[in-house]
Amino acid sequence: MAPRPISPHLSVYRMTRYTLATSILNRFTGVGLSLGLPLLVYWLTAVAGGAAAQARAQHLLAHPLMKLVYAALIVSFCYHLVAGIRHLVWDTGRGLERAQSHRSAWLVVALSLALMLLIGWCAFGAGGRAP
Amino acid sequence: MAEFRLPPNSRPVQGVTHRAPGARELRTFRIYRFNPDGGANPRVDTFEIDARSCGPMVLDALIQIKAAIDSSLTFRRSCREGICGSCAMNINGLNCLACTTSMHDVGAEIRIYPLPHMPVVKDLVTDLTNFYAQYASVKPWLQARTPAPPDHERLQSKEDQEKIDRPAACILCACCSTACPSYWWNSERYLGPAALLAAYRWIIDSRDEATGERLDELEDPFRLYRCHTIMNCTDVCPKDLNPARAITEIKKMLVERSG
Repeated sequence: MAPRPISPHLSVYRMTRYTLATSILNRFTGVGLSLGLPLLVYWLTAVAGGAAAQARAQHLLAHPLMKLVYAALIVSFCYHLVAGIRHLVWDTGRGLERAQSHRSAWLVVALSLALMLLIGWCAFGAGGRAP
Repeated sequence: MAEFRLPPNSRPVQGVTHRAPGARELRTFRIYRFNPDGGANPRVDTFEIDARSCGPMVLDALIQIKAAIDSSLTFRRSCREGICGSCAMNINGLNCLACTTSMHDVGAEIRIYPLPHMPVVKDLVTDLTNFYAQYASVKPWLQARTPAPPDHERLQSKEDQEKIDRPAACILCACCSTACPSYWWNSERYLGPAALLAAYRWIIDSRDEATGERLDELEDPFRLYRCHTIMNCTDVCPKDLNPARAITEIKKMLVERSG
């Protein structure tokens, strides 16, 4: 007998469901933050490496396209932070009822959006100073 | 390991379409089919039916399709009232019982697949051998060293009974475990929400005396800690139980035990 097929999973399950959507976003933003870490390390080593290295890094990091990277990092940081707090609350045994987790999913989205706007405004908007 | 793509033999192809001309209340069912004889890939057949020709639940429609259109359509069903757990399947992207899911609630197009990421025996029937083995592995029975009182049963207080009342109502339909991505990727080593809910039910039973051994068994990076609180289990449970809470409580007990 031929081996049994595996029933479809990712291709059929409702990915927009609040449970899955918030969880997948948490994963993606976590990966995003990890990818941003080498950038931070590069900047720190450049700062520690003397004036020439610092100037080179400053030039590179001030490139207009880098703003996209910073925006992605801000989004990742804000969402991952707020979603992480939700997980900490869950780990204490609170907020695990279905209706509660549904509400907290929206709360995470709302709070992280607000945080993104705030940090984004400080970094790029009226409150921001060009590096 | 996480295998995001289906293996080549598991990718569904387009199947046949059965039209229902003149239906007054048309419902279109797209149903996963797999025939173990012949070696062909699974396919998705389309069945149009008049919703007025059968009862209101998705299971009623499946029975109608089997009776009137294609007698080879295969699915498990028994009680048709949400207590046996046989007709668990994925309907429009969420795991549920076909017998307690109203056609009215899921829309005019209804996509039906077997429980996700499981070996398919035929059509909507999945192989639950591993799922049941995991349930058995948590020793879902009372373990006590002290002999039972000679003149009466092992009694417990009303409060102690209420602690296990809900967890003990699990019907082992497998909706929760097969909704869990962690279980999809690690079903060989992660016990899954259903088995862990059963474990919790015995851990907190005031009459059980094997609490320590039960916790020892679960203290494992895979068996318990593959749960990442995605909450799909609690989201889909057709009996309104809360495996996610049970798993969190087990994790808390392990932390408290370690001092």
